Amino acid sequence: MTGSETSLPWLSILIVIPLIGAGVLSIMPRHSDLPKQVAFAISLVTLGVSIVMAIDYQIGRSGYQFVEEHSWISSFGANYAIGLDGLGLSLVLLTTILTPIVILAGWNDADGRDWGVNSFFAWMLALEGLAIGVFSATDVFLFYVLFEATLIPIYFLIGGFGGPRRSYAAAKFLLYNLFGGLLMLASVVGLYVVSSKSASGPSYLLSDLVHASMSQPTGRWLFLGFFIAFAIKAPMWPVHTWLPEAASEGTSGTSVLLISVLDKIGTFGLMRFAIGIFPEASRWAAPVVITLAVISILYGALLAVGQNDIRRLIAYTSVSHFGFIVLGIFAFTSQAQAGAALYMFNHGISTAALFLVSGFLISRRGSKMITDYGGVEKVAPVLAGMFLLSGLSVLSLPGLSPFVSEFLVLIGTFTISITAAVIASLGIVLAALYILLMYQRTMTGPVRESTKNIPDLGTREIVALAPLIALILVLGFFPKPALDMVTPTVNSLLQQIGVSDPSPTVALQEGSSK
Amino acid sequence: MSMLAAAPTFTAPTIAYGKLSPLLIVFGAALIGVLVEAFVPRTRRYLAQAVLTLGGLLVALVAVILVATHLTSHDSGAAHGSIEAMGAIAVDGPSLFIWGTLLIFSIISVMLFAERDLEGGVTAFAGQAANLPGTEAEREASARGIEHTEVFPLVLFAIGGMMLFPAANDLLTMFVALEVLSLPLYLLCGLARRRRLISQEAAMKYFLLGAFSSAFFLYGVALIYGFAGSVQLADIDAAVSSRVGASGLLLTGMGMLAVGLLFKVGAAPFHAWTPDVYQGAPTSVTAFMAACTKLAAFGALLRVFYVALGSARWDWEPMMWIIAALTMLIGSVVAITQTDVKRMLAYSSIAHAGFLMTGFVGVHQGIVVAGREITSLQAVLFYLVVYGFATIGAFAVVTVVRDAGGETTHLSRWAGLGREAPVVAGVFAFFLLAFAGIPLTSGFAGKWAVFTSAWSGGAWPLVVLAVLMSVVAAFFYIRVIVLMFFSDPVGDGPIVAVPSILTTATITIGAAMTLILGVAPQPVLDLARQAGQFIR
Repeated sequence: MTGSETSLPWLSILIVIPLIGAGVLSIMPRHSDLPKQVAFAISLVTLGVSIVMAIDYQIGRSGYQFVEEHSWISSFGANYAIGLDGLGLSLVLLTTILTPIVILAGWNDADGRDWGVNSFFAWMLALEGLAIGVFSATDVFLFYVLFEATLIPIYFLIGGFGGPRRSYAAAKFLLYNLFGGLLMLASVVGLYVVSSKSASGPSYLLSDLVHASMSQPTGRWLFLGFFIAFAIKAPMWPVHTWLPEAASEGTSGTSVLLISVLDKIGTFGLMRFAIGIFPEASRWAAPVVITLAVISILYGALLAVGQNDIRRLIAYTSVSHFGFIVLGIFAFTSQAQAGAALYMFNHGISTAALFLVSGFLISRRGSKMITDYGGVEKVAPVLAGMFLLSGLSVLSLPGLSPFVSEFLVLIGTFTISITAAVIASLGIVLAALYILLMYQRTMTGPVRESTKNIPDLGTREIVALAPLIALILVLGFFPKPALDMVTPTVNSLLQQIGVSDPSPTVALQEGSSK
Repeated sequence: MSMLAAAPTFTAPTIAYGKLSPLLIVFGAALIGVLVEAFVPRTRRYLAQAVLTLGGLLVALVAVILVATHLTSHDSGAAHGSIEAMGAIAVDGPSLFIWGTLLIFSIISVMLFAERDLEGGVTAFAGQAANLPGTEAEREASARGIEHTEVFPLVLFAIGGMMLFPAANDLLTMFVALEVLSLPLYLLCGLARRRRLISQEAAMKYFLLGAFSSAFFLYGVALIYGFAGSVQLADIDAAVSSRVGASGLLLTGMGMLAVGLLFKVGAAPFHAWTPDVYQGAPTSVTAFMAACTKLAAFGALLRVFYVALGSARWDWEPMMWIIAALTMLIGSVVAITQTDVKRMLAYSSIAHAGFLMTGFVGVHQGIVVAGREITSLQAVLFYLVVYGFATIGAFAVVTVVRDAGGETTHLSRWAGLGREAPVVAGVFAFFLLAFAGIPLTSGFAGKWAVFTSAWSGGAWPLVVLAVLMSVVAAFFYIRVIVLMFFSDPVGDGPIVAVPSILTTATITIGAAMTLILGVAPQPVLDLARQAGQFIR
C-alpha cells in the first residue's frame, strides 16, 4: 500500500473483507450449514471494523475522513478515491448493521434451492462490499462503476431465490436500473468533456468537479442524466414500478438489502453528486423535484392502503417515504436536509424490521396475502408485538426514530413552501391508515383455521430483530449522535448550493430534543 | 537478383524487408502451408499445419514487437513510423497496433480451428469439401475419418490480407489486400463439417455480396483517381485540401469507397450478410471473422477517411452520422427477435459496429486535442481490442455447447445451461455482460472510451442514442442470461462437451482479458496512445 496516509487503509479493508468472503463462499459446498456460518462470521467482522472506524471518526469535522486516493485509469481521469463524510459513514454503518441481521434472518431461505446456499450468501456479501464502496466513493467514475456493479448481486438474489415470478421481477429490476444507469453514463461522459477543458486535464475527482466551470445548459442537461438515474433508484413516482415487483418476489432478506441499502444510493447520490456537482441546476430543478416528491408521498401511500400483498404494501410505503427524503433534500434548508439525511438511516432500520417480521409471518403461513391472515396476535404474541412496533416506527410514531427525521423534513419544508408541506403531511395520516389496517386485518380478530398453527418467533428470529428494535427506540429518544454526524455534510452542501435558511435554525434544536 | 535485372533506365524498388517482416512471415508461412498440403503425408499434415500456422503467427508477432520498438517519430512524437515499399504500405503506429492485435486474435482463433476433441478426433471442417452434401461419397469420407487441412494456409492468407488492408497507403494496394483477405474467407465459410448446406449457402451469399461491394470499392478508387490523379492517400489529401467548390467525382468516389469499407465493417445498411454468414460458417471461422475482419476493416476505414479524405470531413460526416445511428438501431433492435445464438451474436456485432462508428465520427477532434485527453483513434483501437477478445471467447463457448447433432445454437436449447454447466454458462454470461457494457468488464471501458471521444468531437446526440441503444442491447443479453440460469431445460437439455486444451485456453484467454481490460485497462490504453496518429 502506497497511501498518502500513514495508517492502515481501513476503508479499503472494509470494502474488501466482504468481497473476499464472497469469493471464499463461492467455492464452498453448495448445500450445508458451513457457508451460512462463514458468511455470518464475515459480516460480523465487517460490522466490527465499521464500528471501530465510527469510533475513530471525528464527528463534527467537515470534509472527508479515512481518505485514500490512487490513480486508476489515467486516460479516463479516473481515480480510486474513497473517503467518508458523516452521511457516507451513516449509510456504511446501516449496511454493515443490516447485513449480519439479514443473514441471520434469512438463515433457511436458500435451503433446497437449485442455486445452493453458498451462492445466496456469497451474493449478499458481494453486495455488502460493493454498497460500502458506493457510499465511500469520492470519484464519479468509481462511483458509477460500483453503482452499476451492485445491480448484478441483487439480480441474482431475486432471480435465483425469489418467488414464482422471480425471473420477470429480476429482469424488470435490472432493465429499469440499467436504463437509469446508462443515462447517467451519458452524463458521466459529458462530465469528462467538461473537466478535460480545465487546466489540470480530465479528472473525475469530486473535489475537482465541484470547481469545474460549465455553461448553464450543459450543467442542466448533465444534472438531468444523474437525476433520472437516482430517481429510478430511489424510486420516485413515476419510475417506481420496478420496486413493488422486485420487493414482492425477492426473499425478505433480499428485499431488505434492496430497499434499505441499495435504494439509498439514489437519495445519497442526489445529495453527493447531483446537487454537489450541479448546484445551479438543482436550484433550477427544485420546484419540479419537490412536486414529484409530493406526488410520490401521496401516490405511494394511497397505493399502500389498497394493497392486499404484504410485501407490495411495504414497497409502496417506501415509495412514499422516499418521497419525504427527496422532498427534504430539495427543500434546501438545513432542517429539511438534516432530516432527509437522518431519514435515510431511520427508514433503513424501520423498513428492515417490518420486512423481516412480515417475512417470518409469510414463511409460516406460506401466503403474502393479508386476507389469508387473522387473529395471529393470539397464537403468536411476540411476532405480533414486533410487527406492531416496527409498523408503528414505519408510520413515524413519536418516540420512534423515523418520527424525528420526518418531522425535521416537514418543518424544514414549511419554511419554503407551505403547500408542499401541508400536502406531504397527509402522507403521515395515510401512513397510520395503511399500517394499522394491515395490523388489524392480519393480527386481530378471531383466529382463523389456517392461522391457528402459526408458531411464535424462535430465538434466532428474535435475536435478528432485537438490534433493529433497539436502534429504533434509542434513536427515537436520543437522535443527537446521528444528527451530529450528518450535520456537517448538510452544512457544506447548503453552502455549495448557495442558500441559507429563511429563518434561524431554532427548529433544529426542537427536533433533536424531542 | 536486382543486379541481374538492372537495365540502365530501371531503378530497383527499395523494400525495407525488416519493417515489412511481419507481413512477409505470414505470407511465407501460408506458402509453406500450401507446400505442406502437397507433399507431407496425410496422417502428419494436421500436426505439421497446426504447428506451422501457430509458429508462423508467433514469429510474426515477435517481428511486430521488434519493428514497433524501432520506429522513427514525427511531429514531436505525435506519429511514428515510415512509408515503405515505394509508398504502398504505411508501417506506422496504428498499423503496428492493429498487426499485433490481429496476430493475437488470429493465434487464439487458430487454436479453435485446430480443436479436434469436440468432433471425435477430427476438426470441425469438412473432410472432403468437394463432395456434395448428403451423398454416399460424403458418408464414406466421414466414415473413414478423413480431414483436410487446407484451412490453415487459407486462414494464413486471410490474415496476411487483413494485415495489409489497414496498412495500405494507396487505394490499389488496399483493394488487393481486400481481395486477399476476402477470398480465403469465402472459402472458409463453406467448409463446415456439419450442416453443410447452410454453410455453403453462407459462403455463396458472402461471396456474391462481397464481390459486389468490392466492385463498388474499385469503382470508387477509379473515381477518386479521376479527381486526384493519384491513388496515393497523401496525394488525394493534397487534392482534396486544394479543391475549389464541390466535386461530383470526389463525392461519388467517396461514397463508393465507403460502401466497400462499410460492407466489411458490417455497418447498416450494408450489414445484411452478417447474420447469415455468421450463422452458417463453422463457429471457429465466425469467431475469427467477427474479431479480425472488423479490426482490419475499421483500420482501413479510419486510414482512408482520416488520411486521404480528412479535409473533406464536412462532406462525409453527415453520412457517417446517419450510418452510425442506423447501425446501432438495427443491430440492437433486430437482435431482440433472434432465436439463434450465433445470429444474436451477429446482430450484436452489428450494434457494436455502430458504437465503433460513433467513436469514428468524433475523430477529427482527436487529431486536434493534445495532452491527456483520449483521442478517437485511441478509443476506437481500444474498443476493437476489447470487442475482439470477448467475441472470440463467446464464439468459443458456442462451440462446446452441443447435442447429438453437433453444436446446438437454438436459444431454446440453451435453457437451463446454468444448471448443467455453471462454469461454462457463467463465462458466457460474463461475455454477455461485457457486450452489454456492465462496469468492471472490458465492454464498459471500451464503450466509455468511444463515447467520450465522440462527445469530445461534438457528437453528443449520437452518444445519447448509443446509450439508449445500449439499454435495448442489454435487454437481449440479459434475456439469454435469464434463459441459461433461471429457465428449466427443455427435454434432455444441452450437453457441454469437454474440449481439448486448445479451446479451453482460448476461452480462458478471452475471459481473462475481458476482466483485465475492465479492471485495469490503462496499459492497453497507453499502448493505443503511443501508437499515435497515422502518418501521411
